[in-house]
Amino acid sequence: MKTLLCSDVWKTFRLPHDRPSTLKQRVLHPRRSRAATTLHALRNVSFDVEGGEFFGVIGRNGSGKSSLLKCVAGIYEPNRGTIDVAGRISPFIELGVGFNPELTALDNVVVNAALLGISPAQARARFDDVIRFAELEEFVDLKLKNYSSGMYVRLGFAAAIQAQADVYLVDEVLAVGDARFQEKCFDTFRRLKREERTVVFVTHDLSAVERFCDRALLLERGAVAAIGDPREVTNVYREHNLAEEQAEAPQEEEGDHRRWGDRSAEIVECWLEDAAGRQDVLRQGQEAIFRARIRFNEAMVDPIFGVIFKNERGDHAFVTNTMYDGLQTGRFDAGDEVTYAVTFDPLLADGRHMASPAVAHRDGTRFADWREDLLSFVVRAERYTGGIVDLPHTSTVERVELSAEAQTA
Amino acid sequence: MATVARTEQPMEGGITHFLYVTSTLTATEFKLRYFGSALGYLWSLLRPLILFAILYTVFTKIFRFGGDVPHYAVGLMLGIVLWSFFADATGAALPSFVARESLLRKVSFPRAAIPVAISLTAAANLLLGLLVVVGLAVVDDVPVTPSWLMLVPVVAGMLVFATAFALLISVLYVPLRDMAPIWEVVTQLLFWGTPIIYTIAFVPERARELVMFNPLAVFIQEARHSLIGAPVPSAAAAIGGTWRLLIPLGIFALLIAVSTLVYRRSAPRLAENL
Repeated sequence: MKTLLCSDVWKTFRLPHDRPSTLKQRVLHPRRSRAATTLHALRNVSFDVEGGEFFGVIGRNGSGKSSLLKCVAGIYEPNRGTIDVAGRISPFIELGVGFNPELTALDNVVVNAALLGISPAQARARFDDVIRFAELEEFVDLKLKNYSSGMYVRLGFAAAIQAQADVYLVDEVLAVGDARFQEKCFDTFRRLKREERTVVFVTHDLSAVERFCDRALLLERGAVAAIGDPREVTNVYREHNLAEEQAEAPQEEEGDHRRWGDRSAEIVECWLEDAAGRQDVLRQGQEAIFRARIRFNEAMVDPIFGVIFKNERGDHAFVTNTMYDGLQTGRFDAGDEVTYAVTFDPLLADGRHMASPAVAHRDGTRFADWREDLLSFVVRAERYTGGIVDLPHTSTVERVELSAEAQTA
Repeated sequence: MATVARTEQPMEGGITHFLYVTSTLTATEFKLRYFGSALGYLWSLLRPLILFAILYTVFTKIFRFGGDVPHYAVGLMLGIVLWSFFADATGAALPSFVARESLLRKVSFPRAAIPVAISLTAAANLLLGLLVVVGLAVVDDVPVTPSWLMLVPVVAGMLVFATAFALLISVLYVPLRDMAPIWEVVTQLLFWGTPIIYTIAFVPERARELVMFNPLAVFIQEARHSLIGAPVPSAAAAIGGTWRLLIPLGIFALLIAVSTLVYRRSAPRLAENL
């Protein structure tokens, strides 16, 4: 059964250049109000979500994700197209909507429930469940202004989850809590999924999309760029991002603040290649070579060449240099050019990575050239793993034979 | 055509949703206003009482103008209490959508609930004010008659009138911020153009009808007539014939129509125009 059906949805915002919002401005400049930019937040967006589906929506900032969610929630009215929702919606566009710091948890939960369409009597009846879920039993009588931000968010989430809706619209709200709270949220969504409820989930966290979503939608400039299997959609997103970034940022850029060093040697370019040639996308476990071309402006003895691979979170996933490798690199004169190559098995976890190559003087403390995040690349793996790297491994589970004593105990 | 269809949603968007939001917002608004300070409710009475004290002193002791009017104090207090309700409800409702921007942008609910809740909160004040008026009437030896019950429909009409204005100006304020000074001027004009500190008898015969075309004047006149009785002419008598009441009634109906129309047109786009 289709729970949510969007067909040909368009949403346009008129953004006046200098908004005439007083009478005088309107009278004196009757035409000015027409000078406006038309922003197509959503262009011809069509998709459907089945009942019980966990549906992810991804895209860069300003791609229309939130506008789409707000149209579905009925907060914005689409200019064209239809949105059909079977059942009741609970929007998690912000946690704790309508919360007032001067009131207690009970009063706030009742107001919040009323806004979501739940009767005050029902909200009071469910209040104990809400408080238990939010783990705030000890703080029931406090005014909200005395809550910590974590308590506030927990109460907001618990209140919204109690709405017993058929469709939950979740906009990046999970980014606010700590890791334990996020896990609890996801557990809740998994429970909702088992109960055949539908979750539409907007996020920047691609790994969460891959872990939890049944299908995903990629929005680009308000239009549907990809829809379907979450891994395919997130990969399209990563590759588009990469292509765009490379088009936007030319490799040679003077005065780049992410570049350090005295330039006695310069990193001219760097790239990755595999057996087939230069690549932006590496297959996990398929041998690859990182190469950097370096030109010397001054004579150097035993310079150190190195590179750092970072993942999207900024973790140093791999760091190597010729000093660690115990390599004496030799003597170079001004005008010499070399290629520094690192051949490796990309065991990096699935996702986007950045490479920062560097050349240092032999003492290892003064840099000739360090180019932060010079190269961006994607590692593709067959499966999702939580870590920085996916080590080759095997897993087994064996039953432990309990002794007779232990069994009786 | 853009449509957002929501099937099987008995609670959302409907009148029940509106009632839930209105009732809880009114209750919390009330709680916030009166349970926060020690004197609570009394503070809200103090303002009209002080206004009453000033006006009463000025117009009976300095201008010696109200002294001859029977039960001038009772009539004045009644007028001030009714007027304060109207001014409070509309004044607080005016910026109410803009002030609750984050709420409107995050949840979908019947928008009218906000100004209506504000008007109802002001109405709770009005009830307490009316108790003071009744107390004053007893002290001033106004005879207790069944016609006092007529205050109920008059106050109800007043509530509808103020709510319609509250809704209209709160919606207009979103695209047109000039509504704030405009409304300030309009309330000043209405205060002096309505028989509150003066009685309709002081208005020259020819202008009397014109003054009574104002629905507020009708409500206050009728309220005074109901409470004080014969010494105060009824609204029908003041306007010069029952059928003439159709004019203020028409203005009242027009206000409700315009207010509803403007709200219905603006409500779906209210959130994005904030």
